[in-house]
Amino acid sequence: MGQAIFNGILLGGLYALVGVGMNVIFGIVKLTNLAHGDFIILASYLGLSVCTALGIPPLLSLVIVIPIMFFIGFLLQSALVNRVISRGPEPPLLVMFGLSIIIQNLLLSFFSSDAQHMRSSLETASITITDKTAIPIMYLIDFAIGIVVIYLLNLFLRRTYVGQSIRATSDDTMAAQLMGINVKTTYGIAMGVAMATAAVAGVLIGMSYNFYPTTSSQYLIISFGVVVIGGMGSIRGTLFAGIIFGLAQLLGAYYFGTSVQMLCGYLVILVMLVVRPQGLFAK
Amino acid sequence: MSSTPVTDTAADAAERAGSSILRVENVSANYGDFRAVQNISVDVPGPEIVSIIGSNGAGKSTLMDCIAGLHKPVSGKIFFKGEDITGMDPHHIVARGLTLVPQGSHCFVRMSVEENLIMGSYTKRARRKSKNTLEFVYTLFPDLKEKRRFLSGSMSGGQRQMIAIGRALMSDPELILFDEISLGLAPTIIKDIYARIREINQSGMSIVLVEQDVKRSLKTSAHCYIMLKGTVVLSGRSNTLTDEAIKKAYFGI
Repeated sequence: MGQAIFNGILLGGLYALVGVGMNVIFGIVKLTNLAHGDFIILASYLGLSVCTALGIPPLLSLVIVIPIMFFIGFLLQSALVNRVISRGPEPPLLVMFGLSIIIQNLLLSFFSSDAQHMRSSLETASITITDKTAIPIMYLIDFAIGIVVIYLLNLFLRRTYVGQSIRATSDDTMAAQLMGINVKTTYGIAMGVAMATAAVAGVLIGMSYNFYPTTSSQYLIISFGVVVIGGMGSIRGTLFAGIIFGLAQLLGAYYFGTSVQMLCGYLVILVMLVVRPQGLFAK
Repeated sequence: MSSTPVTDTAADAAERAGSSILRVENVSANYGDFRAVQNISVDVPGPEIVSIIGSNGAGKSTLMDCIAGLHKPVSGKIFFKGEDITGMDPHHIVARGLTLVPQGSHCFVRMSVEENLIMGSYTKRARRKSKNTLEFVYTLFPDLKEKRRFLSGSMSGGQRQMIAIGRALMSDPELILFDEISLGLAPTIIKDIYARIREINQSGMSIVLVEQDVKRSLKTSAHCYIMLKGTVVLSGRSNTLTDEAIKKAYFGI
């Protein structure tokens, strides 16, 4: 029980990180990013490639993967999504859906469908608390980095001119233009930032679990869950939602067996949709 | 309405526009499929208050949106300080010193009062001066200073209008367009806001005031245009227009 709660909370940090990028895009660009899971797995493969090519430890690959992903995000938004964004919600949704298929198949053709993993000495280490509870170091790292990224993202959105311009654009696009904000550039930056968080999530997932091109759908659903539970556009809500989601899964596994682990997570989403569809921290 | 010969070159037009801060030449614009603005010309010689009066649906807001760049005109030219700004994106126009206080204030409701004002100084030209301008805005609207930490979404209609005006001032403009700022506000608050607008004008800024309220607009402005069904039906010095002529033009009788 203690073990399940510990792991659930720690897993929640990672889930929050998985979902936060989706939430940013939901809240600011008003776009349902169906390719978010694929972006995360793309980052896992990028991380893996960087590590194999340079022989550096997995965590260090972030230094290269984050800027690459930011750039890809900015480019995709400017070159593709911005062209269709004024034509209602469906065209950009289809663009993202298409991107999802393209990324998945590119990964399949480059890396095959074999399960991959980023090896490091961290994955087997753990801290023993009592003889029944031990915390895997990797989970601790996932949680800590998740918190740090969400904290930094919050700081960026609140304290910097660019971050404030992103919030202003999400509040009132027309007024934002009148302030001198170039809305399309802002969308590009927002997508870049969301992709940077996906980069961190992807590398951590690559270090913590096996991944293959089709795991992306699993992370897309987790992202959806985190956004639904936490509330659209709420960064703080994302963190709590991640933890609730993680706890639901691991407590479910503890009581009813691992076969219903995912189901328990989805049940929480369903309950949230019925009881509080706007999410816990919706503004 | 001034008539412009179709043969004249862009250089001629720019030359003629050079003396005025804003010159709108034969602009037409659609609102959906509907021709909302038909061949309108307006001249703002600057630093004075020019008012544009008209009933609902006269095309005033569409015209303002065209000038601010939110809406692209079908034909015609718009010059700001002699430069052709027709069809430019809004953020380029704001950067040149022309800003619009839109109808319905459009505050950033999830941001604090001060964050709203700071957003006003987003452009490079405004950012350098933002500290001083913020002081100016706070002396103009002491209420805002007192409530600077509050979410703008929690403020009253009048206060939101003050935020919108303050935010426009923060962009360090030379010309401000006000689109029906008195809409839905209590008379005492309207009076107060108009007093502030006169103060803003006295500090050297040019102002275009769009209103439905004839009396107040005439009293405040030096020059006046009256719009009906997308065209200017009457214009002149505000103190020379007779009540009778205005009534006829306003209602189209």
